[in-house]
Amino acid sequence: MSTTITKPPPTTTDAWRGFNAGQWQRETNVRDFIVANVTSYTGDPEFLAKPTARTLAVWKCLQPSLREEIKKGVLDADETTPSSLTSHGPGYIDKDNEVIVGLQTDKPFRRAIMPVGGFRMVEAGLKSIGREVAPAVRETFTKYRKTHNEGVFDLYTSEIRACRSSHIITGLPDAYGRGRIIGDYRRVALYGVDRLVEAKQAERAELGGRWPSEEVMQLREEMADQLRALADLKTMATGYGCDISQPATNAREAVQWTYFGYLGAIKEMNGAAMSIGRVSTFLDIYIERDLKEKALTEEQAQELIDQFVIKLRIVRFLRTPEYDALFSGDPYWATESVGGMALDGRTLVTKSSFRILHTLTNLGPAPEPNLSILWSKNLPDAFKRYCIKVSTESSALQYESDDLMLPVHGDDYGIACCVSAMRLGKQMQFFGARVNLGKCLLYALNGGRDEIKGNQVGPLFRPVTGDVLEYDDVLAKFDNMMAWLAQTYVHAMNCIHYAHDRYNYERMMMALHDRDILRTMAFGIAGLSVAADSLSAIKFGKVKPIRRADGLITDFETSGDFPKFGNNDPRVDDIAVDLVKRFMGHLRKHPTYRGAVHTQSVLTITSNVVYGKATGSTPDGRRAGEPFAPGANPMHGRDSHGWLASCLSVARLPYDEAQDGISYTLSVVPQETRQGENEALTRAADALDMYFGQGGFHVNLNVLRKETLLDAMEHPDKYPQLTIRVSGYAVNFVRLTREQQLDVINRSFFHAGI
Amino acid sequence: MPASETKSASAVAEIPEGSRHDLRHDLSPDAPETENYSDEAGAFGYVHSYETGSRLDGPGVRLTLFVSGCPLRCQYCHNPDTWHLKHGVRIPVEQVITRLGHFAPALRAMQGGLTISGGEVLVQTAFTGRILRAAKSLGLHTAIETSGFLGARATDEYLQQLDLVILDIKSGDPETYRRATQRDLEPTLRFAARLAAMNKPVWVRFTLVPGLTDDPANVAAVAKFVAPLKNVEVVEVLPFHQLGAFKWKALGVEYTLNDTPPASPELVARVIGQFRDAGCKAR
Repeated sequence: MSTTITKPPPTTTDAWRGFNAGQWQRETNVRDFIVANVTSYTGDPEFLAKPTARTLAVWKCLQPSLREEIKKGVLDADETTPSSLTSHGPGYIDKDNEVIVGLQTDKPFRRAIMPVGGFRMVEAGLKSIGREVAPAVRETFTKYRKTHNEGVFDLYTSEIRACRSSHIITGLPDAYGRGRIIGDYRRVALYGVDRLVEAKQAERAELGGRWPSEEVMQLREEMADQLRALADLKTMATGYGCDISQPATNAREAVQWTYFGYLGAIKEMNGAAMSIGRVSTFLDIYIERDLKEKALTEEQAQELIDQFVIKLRIVRFLRTPEYDALFSGDPYWATESVGGMALDGRTLVTKSSFRILHTLTNLGPAPEPNLSILWSKNLPDAFKRYCIKVSTESSALQYESDDLMLPVHGDDYGIACCVSAMRLGKQMQFFGARVNLGKCLLYALNGGRDEIKGNQVGPLFRPVTGDVLEYDDVLAKFDNMMAWLAQTYVHAMNCIHYAHDRYNYERMMMALHDRDILRTMAFGIAGLSVAADSLSAIKFGKVKPIRRADGLITDFETSGDFPKFGNNDPRVDDIAVDLVKRFMGHLRKHPTYRGAVHTQSVLTITSNVVYGKATGSTPDGRRAGEPFAPGANPMHGRDSHGWLASCLSVARLPYDEAQDGISYTLSVVPQETRQGENEALTRAADALDMYFGQGGFHVNLNVLRKETLLDAMEHPDKYPQLTIRVSGYAVNFVRLTREQQLDVINRSFFHAGI
Repeated sequence: MPASETKSASAVAEIPEGSRHDLRHDLSPDAPETENYSDEAGAFGYVHSYETGSRLDGPGVRLTLFVSGCPLRCQYCHNPDTWHLKHGVRIPVEQVITRLGHFAPALRAMQGGLTISGGEVLVQTAFTGRILRAAKSLGLHTAIETSGFLGARATDEYLQQLDLVILDIKSGDPETYRRATQRDLEPTLRFAARLAAMNKPVWVRFTLVPGLTDDPANVAAVAKFVAPLKNVEVVEVLPFHQLGAFKWKALGVEYTLNDTPPASPELVARVIGQFRDAGCKAR
């Protein structure tokens, strides 16, 4: 729903000079502003500028700390001051050279604590670097103020706890911020905070006339918090000498105001994923105006984007070692969605789409911000080629199908985290990690007993009997077990998000949303290829279960050849498709908190390693403890007929049944081509067009050699900026745990001729 | 059959899980050779494996089908495990065509198609002919990679199914050709002339093996032969590598090139230069 602004635009400011008029002037509607004012760019990257001396100076200042982080991890934390918009005074990297300012605390790399999410997270995080929580903070959050984490555990059932500790459900945001909410930070720049406050007040006043049902009271209270956050945001900016009550009047202010909106969010919330949205094309409109007014040069335009990106590269959160084992390498998913098409058929690729990708050249490769190309077959050819060129040089980009998402989400959505699309300022999600489908299959075989510990975790169903597994019998049992798992999962998620809204509400991010929003509840599955291959082994090969003395199946003897997911073979690919649909169907049966719409992802991030560790041997021949494949990927080495067969299997998975995204990681070896660079880039773009045209949703594209990675394991100092895409995000390779490094190295590498 | 080759046949029979050979999935390992037998020519064939995604074996992106059986014994062969028909797995042609169909939309989208390689494609003309015909009806670009030694076996009708022939001319000097392949050069040259007369698009491939095929006179002979052929779109110089050496070892066959170094970039540049100087488009 759009928001009506009561006052006409102020006449004292010329912040909107030169912009095309539209509905955006009468209501909060950034999308309308973009569509009315965007300058599509279909040319080549020749115009791009090198970094300025100021940019290089700021970037240089950070290098010693960035290198030290590779060895030490967390460098510093403020154990005394729970973070808020106004808790810390202004901080700088190199004040004289910073064009865009603002840090999470008073110093770079000094991590803040956010105990309202969970006190134990703070305690364990500090302990891992040899620090203690300050006594006053401890007292407050153990005696007087309940946290989200405590709230959730007051709601959990014993069954949910058992699922958590057996790792059939893992990574739930019950001890930390849920994240995956994108504030529409652009609103700060386009409208200024005062106007947003007025609009919020008007919306809230309307609620005064409604009967105070639980729903209405919750909303009124939340909006009061949002208004306080907006006031605090102004105070925070004032500390940096900026008055953001009014709209940005030029490109520098537009970047700065937008960044302040994001900074406010990351000061208050240690969310799993804190994405920035879709800002580059928005900012381009301001840059274009300044260029036209001769108030800015190309060098200065690039400087604004470079310095903005520097800020996005040093976002840091204090997390625990257990969290790092799940999501390795300190990710925060400052995901920026680049490119895509407008509903009217024009491209939303602008010069600033190039500029933001060019930061990977100007500043070298880096995992953050998580640059995500919204790929359409209709993107300008020059931009397609440039994206692939940047991929070959940095392995830092991911690609997602705009052609699949546009009909669902319109032309102003952004990607949260890795693959979760949401309409900006109009939609949020209740993030819910994922369940372990491989383990669920083993529970089905064992009648609900855990295959490792032997205890009864799932319902006491009849286990399989007999010496050889029968496909129909196993599938029926698996279906029952999935039904139970889905129910338990929805139950857990309702508890988590009820508590999160109550104890750790994202007032800043939600202040940059409409009042009436669409909520999704994002479930997920891991181990899809393990489960599909296991069923295929049972159906086409011969699988004998091996039982312990007490009847628990702990291993399998698998013989005969069977089709494996990842070879574009419908016999097994159809099983995978069926599992995705089936689990989604089970989820949809159970109502969600706040009427959220059920969605599902096939995504693991780096947790495929931890999931594998927690799962016994599976009928596909995978040994106990071995990693799963990441996301929707085929199992390592089983996609044995080349990249085309591999990606076509993944493309077959239905986006309609997994609208929170389907993640696929493809690693190709850089190759000499006989055709020349331009031709090779064009062909690679054709390949992406084909993959997305066949129904593919997402691809992480790595272009590198195994040998480089092996060398980086031995000599991390030589590769401080070596970036690699894992499942849905990019990481500094040298900051992965050793077992995750090995997992990456063991994956399939293909020859694709780029 | 020498003892070493008997051993190799049984090694091939044990195809590891997840291998490239899983076209045989639908066949029971115990199935008699006559299962699904059909009188129709080419109803079955022997297939080594297939790969998808190559950008080198024809225009666009290719599905490359490797069939088994080859009359040549090239010293530098990197697929010695395709020499004998029975090195491959016996597959009904319908199964190959069904499988090809799964990939057809993607291949068409990338202006690619099917390349049949080997082994020697023309050992199984009936089988590969049916596959090529099916590929054409699926709207795919079709190519074979062949030594041309059995070119006489390819009927005009067979060649009509082909958009491209990748012709390996392994040497220009008959003596060198015999040393490299144990066969005669002449049939290949006849086949090349026939393709030229039909104006069939051809890519010529020349494998550059130091000490075996790199003699300037040998290269010059190939270049001199190819240069006037208008239907030859390009000459590709393939530098010798040792990546196939392990297969010789696994098969227990004597490998003569253990001490041969890979072709150096300088050598490759010289040979490409020779082709260009003769008026060929080479890469």
